[in-house]
Amino acid sequence: MKIQLRDIYKYFGPVRANDGISLEIESGVIHGLLGENGAGKTTLMKILSGYQSADRGTILLNGRPVHFRSPADAIAAGIGMLHQDPLDVPAFSALENLALGSPGGPFLNRARARRTLETLGRRFGFSLDPDAPVSSLTVGERQQLEMVRLLALGVRVIILDEPTTGISAPQKALLFQALHQLSQEGLAVIFVSHKLEEVQELCSRVTVLRQGKVAGELRAPFATDEMVSLMFGQALGTYGRRPIPLGEIILQVENLTVRSPRLELNGVHLTVRAGEVIGLAGLEGSGQRLLMLACAGLQKPHGGRIILGGQDVTGRPYTTFLRHGVAFVPAARLEEGLVPGLTLREHFALAGDTRGFLIRWDEADARAAQMIADFNIVGQADTRVEALSGGNQQRALLALLPERLRLLILEHPTRGLDIASSRWIWHRLLERRERGTAILFTSTDLDELVEYSDRIVVFSGGKMSAPLETSRVTVEELGYLIGGRGL
Amino acid sequence: MNPLIIETAKSVIASSAPLVFAGIGEMFTERAGVVNLSLDGSILLSAMAAFAIAFLSGSLILGFLGGMLVGMLIALLVAYGAIALKQDQVAIGFVLTLLCADLSSFIGKPFVRKPGPSVPHWPIPGLVNIPVIGRILFDQDVLVYASYAVILVAWVWLFYTQAGLRLRSVGERPEAAFARGIAVNRVRYLYTALGGALVGLAGGGYSLSVKLGWSHRHTAGIGWIALAIVIFGGWHPFRVAFGAYLFGVLKSVGSLLQPGFPNIPTQVFQAAPFALMLLALLLVSGDREGLARRLPKPLRAIVQALLAGRPPAGLGKRFEQG
Repeated sequence: MKIQLRDIYKYFGPVRANDGISLEIESGVIHGLLGENGAGKTTLMKILSGYQSADRGTILLNGRPVHFRSPADAIAAGIGMLHQDPLDVPAFSALENLALGSPGGPFLNRARARRTLETLGRRFGFSLDPDAPVSSLTVGERQQLEMVRLLALGVRVIILDEPTTGISAPQKALLFQALHQLSQEGLAVIFVSHKLEEVQELCSRVTVLRQGKVAGELRAPFATDEMVSLMFGQALGTYGRRPIPLGEIILQVENLTVRSPRLELNGVHLTVRAGEVIGLAGLEGSGQRLLMLACAGLQKPHGGRIILGGQDVTGRPYTTFLRHGVAFVPAARLEEGLVPGLTLREHFALAGDTRGFLIRWDEADARAAQMIADFNIVGQADTRVEALSGGNQQRALLALLPERLRLLILEHPTRGLDIASSRWIWHRLLERRERGTAILFTSTDLDELVEYSDRIVVFSGGKMSAPLETSRVTVEELGYLIGGRGL
Repeated sequence: MNPLIIETAKSVIASSAPLVFAGIGEMFTERAGVVNLSLDGSILLSAMAAFAIAFLSGSLILGFLGGMLVGMLIALLVAYGAIALKQDQVAIGFVLTLLCADLSSFIGKPFVRKPGPSVPHWPIPGLVNIPVIGRILFDQDVLVYASYAVILVAWVWLFYTQAGLRLRSVGERPEAAFARGIAVNRVRYLYTALGGALVGLAGGGYSLSVKLGWSHRHTAGIGWIALAIVIFGGWHPFRVAFGAYLFGVLKSVGSLLQPGFPNIPTQVFQAAPFALMLLALLLVSGDREGLARRLPKPLRAIVQALLAGRPPAGLGKRFEQG
């Protein structure tokens, strides 16, 4: 089967997820789809597998145009997708998941599902407990189950979206072996990934996406340099940074372990001095957020120590961290940072002196007026925060921070902002740095990391690299490290 | 065996039949991911409608069909508001509860305390002669036998048919159901309507069998109990039925004890089953592990199995396709 995608467009509001993508995929080939977060890979694959419809563009199967209105349509045409978060019913047993939506009589045929699971499982070396609820299986096992289900439905094209995230090494080996086997049997396999080494190991062709467009197509053997430059684009020159003398040690992280249901970050050592800017690089979900939450006192570590200004604050409540002059500015501005429904003046009233019974509206008004002028916020004191633009919300968040801070932790401080706003935000942040505030920030923009950080640490799968001096690292090298090489 | 116990058990089974219908009906609705909170009003209005139609036409069957139709229409309003108009299910259900209750009083005025038809008593020949069990289970009316059938059919439907599997998937994870080619919202409409029809049957069961006739707020409160029983029953047909019978037992114990304690106001005995039901609900939805640990070992497994159960993961959540 030959698949052709022609001029696929998909916009989400102002975001151009797919901006005229054309792509050809052949049977018997493992075709890699490579790109950063947000490059448009998942959107394109959801369109191909019927989960979303394109705004414009055509899909041709063996030269004939097709139109999928649902994933079931796509499966009937032989195209199935495995999602990063497996799209199954956690409360069901493996057998029930297999039986759901498969053709058959009016009664639930568990025996037949059991035979299917055994036959296909044996073929690929999967061993799954047929009667256990899927919620008790690992992500890797759920993925195997979904694969068995799609193959049982007779798909000829199988799409895998970041399938190696959250699975064990043996599961990965088993998966790769199964994918080779399928391509040898004549299936088309589309392997969506941001990991260079995996694409190099597995694929014979690769299409690189960047910002919703095809950046290039490559055939094996792949040159790593070429892949990196296609993925991240041409690197901008680095700017000179005004060196300032670093002050006393503000933050010490010793052998820290933080766990979330999906990821464990461990073995983190980091020392940050006053006035220093540390960039946290890496693909989303590699452990940066866990480190930030732990350092902000918002998540209790499972091991190790956090020392703020010489005092051990490990496991202390959030208020202790606040008293030590720590602030966290989350990426989800409206969800975690601001209170939707409240106006700017109400925010300043909340952030100001909250002692006493009555609200000091005069103070809040004065402060709001001053900050709106000071931070160039386009809005009035009685504007509700959700009505502000993203850039103005970010300005408001910065305006609400206390005057004196020792450690400022920012998650994607300029995400979604235009260049002018970003520069302005950094201008204000660097002012704080010169006053002795240490800054930790994450970004997916390599240029931003290289431009503003003194040192950069790279996260990959719950591991943190040793700090790199920004003066001695290039955007390309950073690209390699983020792609999971050399860590 | 003590004939008083047999008689009490028999009356518990009979008086619980409508609650079984309502509980299983709401269970179907919620299994599809929709909460029909209007039960208390639906039961009132369908009880009134069933009685009025049977009274006017002289046909019990027409009465029951009318009650079921009313229940179904109210449920479809909830589904339409929640799915097509994208409104909050809880708000719609609540408003409908109040509206239907008042409507039943208003429309039902001409039928208050009128003697009307009732479902005839019909012992099943043969089965009724089984010692003890026969007298309790099979010396009843057709409505009670139908309630047994509903419990069994619901169980088979949910766990042994493809349709039941599809139903459960829609309530658990609609996205996954959609990906497997299931028309999520159509399934939701279907089972909300089915659930509503069963709730309507429950209404008819009161006015035409268990609590004969019609009066102002004839069945007030029962709808809330049915909603609680679905949670108590962990969305499982057998346990939902068990919950309905437990409530029946609590009620009849109250009326049995009442003459023995003339100093206690009768309202205490009337209200006690509701309070006890609340207590049971707390036990079920509270700290199950802690409860199990405090019990003697042989009981633990039984209690844990009985209390296991959690709401469908997609309950009350809107699903939009594509």
